[in-house]
Amino acid sequence: MSNPRSDRPADHVDAPVAPAAPVNPRLSPVGWLRFLWRLLTSMRTALVLLLLLALAAVPGSLVPQRSSDPNGVIQYQRDNPDLFTVLDGLGVFSTFSSPWFSAVYLLLFLSLVGCVIPRTKHHVDALRARPPRTPQRLERLVGFTTRTAAGEPERIVDRGRAVLRGLGYRVERYDRGGELSISAERGYLRETGNLVFHVALLGVLLAVGVGGGFIYTGQRVLVQDTAFTNTLASYDSINPGRFFDESKLEPYSLRLDDFTGSYEFDAASRTWKPVDFTASLSTREPGGDWTPAELKVNHPLQIGGTAVYLLGNGYAPEITVRNPAGEAVFSGPVVFRPQDANLFSLGVIKVPDGLDRQLGMIGLFYPDPIAAGNGALASFSPEANDPILTLEVYAGDLGLDTGVPVNVYQLDTDGLEQLVGRSDALKLGLGDTVDLPDGLGTIEFSGLRRYVALDIHHDPTQGWVLLAAVTALGGLLLSLFIPRRRLWIKVRPGADGVTLEYAGLARGEDPALERVVAELADRHAREFEPVGPAPAGSEPAESAPEGSVGPERRIEP
Amino acid sequence: MTADDLASISLVLVYSALAVYVLAFIAAVLGLSARSRTAEQADDLALAERPAQAVLNPAASAAASGASSGSAGRGTAVLERLAAPQPTAVARFDRMSTALVAIAFALHVAALVTRGLAAGRVPWGNMYEFALTGTGIIVGVYLAAQFWRDLRFLAAYATGIVAILLGLATVNFYVAVAPLPPALQSAWLVIHVFVATLGTGFFALGGGLSIAQLLQTRHEAGGLPRARFLAALPSSETLELLASRVIIVGFAFWTFTLMAGAIWANAAWGRYWGWDTKEVWTFIIWVVYAGYIHARATRGWRGTRSAWLALVGFSAVLFNFTVVNLLFKGLHSYSGL
Repeated sequence: MSNPRSDRPADHVDAPVAPAAPVNPRLSPVGWLRFLWRLLTSMRTALVLLLLLALAAVPGSLVPQRSSDPNGVIQYQRDNPDLFTVLDGLGVFSTFSSPWFSAVYLLLFLSLVGCVIPRTKHHVDALRARPPRTPQRLERLVGFTTRTAAGEPERIVDRGRAVLRGLGYRVERYDRGGELSISAERGYLRETGNLVFHVALLGVLLAVGVGGGFIYTGQRVLVQDTAFTNTLASYDSINPGRFFDESKLEPYSLRLDDFTGSYEFDAASRTWKPVDFTASLSTREPGGDWTPAELKVNHPLQIGGTAVYLLGNGYAPEITVRNPAGEAVFSGPVVFRPQDANLFSLGVIKVPDGLDRQLGMIGLFYPDPIAAGNGALASFSPEANDPILTLEVYAGDLGLDTGVPVNVYQLDTDGLEQLVGRSDALKLGLGDTVDLPDGLGTIEFSGLRRYVALDIHHDPTQGWVLLAAVTALGGLLLSLFIPRRRLWIKVRPGADGVTLEYAGLARGEDPALERVVAELADRHAREFEPVGPAPAGSEPAESAPEGSVGPERRIEP
Repeated sequence: MTADDLASISLVLVYSALAVYVLAFIAAVLGLSARSRTAEQADDLALAERPAQAVLNPAASAAASGASSGSAGRGTAVLERLAAPQPTAVARFDRMSTALVAIAFALHVAALVTRGLAAGRVPWGNMYEFALTGTGIIVGVYLAAQFWRDLRFLAAYATGIVAILLGLATVNFYVAVAPLPPALQSAWLVIHVFVATLGTGFFALGGGLSIAQLLQTRHEAGGLPRARFLAALPSSETLELLASRVIIVGFAFWTFTLMAGAIWANAAWGRYWGWDTKEVWTFIIWVVYAGYIHARATRGWRGTRSAWLALVGFSAVLFNFTVVNLLFKGLHSYSGL
């Protein structure tokens, strides 16, 4: 972020300025724009915007979000209808795409741009410049220390130059009168890293923003022994980005051959804990052959430019409904949705054709049934073990012929006649066949398959996002941990030998600077014979009797 | 030895560590009170010897600002000896608390190792284990920081916060060893969660230093006359500098946590960022600490205001770890809670 004075390092703090008498000059429109731009790109504004961003994100965690928890939003609306209207008007159910949240981060990034550009220019100039002229009075600077040496001044100053260069400093020789000096600077990477970090953050925003247009995510339930081909019509639901192009879908195929879930019984909580889910798939690229593939949680399958994720699983009982003549009018697996950890599941069977009346059935499925009291059933474990299916039966118009899409997982029982209720529900074990009421026909629980819920994603920009994020991290580390500092060595020839002066200047926070100056003095002066007794003030700050370190360390006696 | 035996041993070790932390806390509080007494004596001495006081002030402030000239900086060692004429009690309690913390830490690490062996995986797979590891890391960071600077005046803070968090977690969230659910079976569990806890440890230490800084600022302005131990602590400027350096390290870890979390989320849930409640709070914490770092470079925001930001940040860390985990619905709901 920018500083009031851009020629200062990022963490420089100016001395307080005496408040001037308030004056309100008349500003032209351009003047106003310039004023607003300065205001926006000032450090203080950036800081306030940062804090506002943190604050603005809080509501997004307090109420469910449409993006991550749409069912939660519906539930919230049901529970607090009045509050919901107010909050929805404020947009808190889509906090992170709401106008106010967007305004804060867009202003923040605008402020960032306005700050990064002049700083980059300034930094490029600094990178080309030579270290600045040696100050006349080093004794006012950090870690000032003096030594004496016997020897040729030219050789001593050259040696100083070599030492500093060896430490990674950029060096420049300055002579004034009889004094020879070396001016040295290092840590340009601090500012480079800082700029890289901020630019990379812009890159993340850009990649996410642009990438959002090319992303699509689709969902598909895949029943065992059935196949899916990657075309638009095959998805149960799909959320395409703005630039989604149906013709870009690569028509690969997936088939679910088998699914295994392993569980371990936790004696303490008396529940089954999942240990592993593995879906055995066969995949086929266009023009290729079926090849086996394995899909696990945490290990998406990469195929045809998409990533396939295993998000859920359950049971799909095979149901066959026959008319009184014994002809099958409905046959196939029906996806039942798990209601608890033991895969007690709920499903809906709709038989619109082939019988005297349209039939709708609400089924409860118990993979490992046990009696739960009052004649009710429960499932003891998620593994199928003599499973039981119970069915309530309704007859009437199922509403499938109106052209309005109907949820296949729900049965609207309004206007339907209940033929079999919950108390006397039809009860079928695997392989059982029972009669439907009113002589409508028979129903068979003819088989049991597994199914998996797949999420299929295409995100061509995530590599760019990752690159930008890693770059940001690298820049951050450079900017936080590389000190930027200047050091000077002054060589002053006198009547009885040469006086050496050392001092430094921190550009930004640099608590180690005093120690660094002392080390430099030790290292450089060690190579030369001292002259006579050390002059006052020559003792380096760090060589106090305790032999301890920096000035901020308290020395416990 | 079965897994159950190991888990039982681990629990015994946790309770032992807790007991020793409490002892360390007592020693640390006695250390602070010894500092108060020492400060009183130093005041008496200063009244008797005005010149000593004259040396004291410029040297302390100049040395702390880091911009002192050489001669003033050298005054520090002399000054401290003047200010602490009878330091034996302070030193004794400091040694005692540090030794106790070290013993408790050894028990704590042993508890973590046995828990990990019992579970056959890293010991941070649920809320209890996360608290166990997190508090262990806070202590580890505190002890490691002693090699860098003498921060033993924070012993009461560190042992207090760790004893409370560890005690609450053990009593309320203890669960038997259980296998990891498939969603947590990833190498990222090792990296992401560990670095997050490491960041938390640094933020905790930074929070303690910021509290000390705020107290010291008021003390330097003539307030808090009864908190005499503050006279024996570094100046508020030094405390601020220490806090910022610790927090900057924490911030670097937190940045990595955020990114590693995104990479893991991409593998587990199919998107790298989805504004899940835990993601939201990780983001909020990151932004608050980014604000802290910027505040320290903004005129008028240095000192007290930035210290408050550091405390807001650490409160958010604690909130994220407790309330968000327990009450908020989200994908980070941990197993066995």
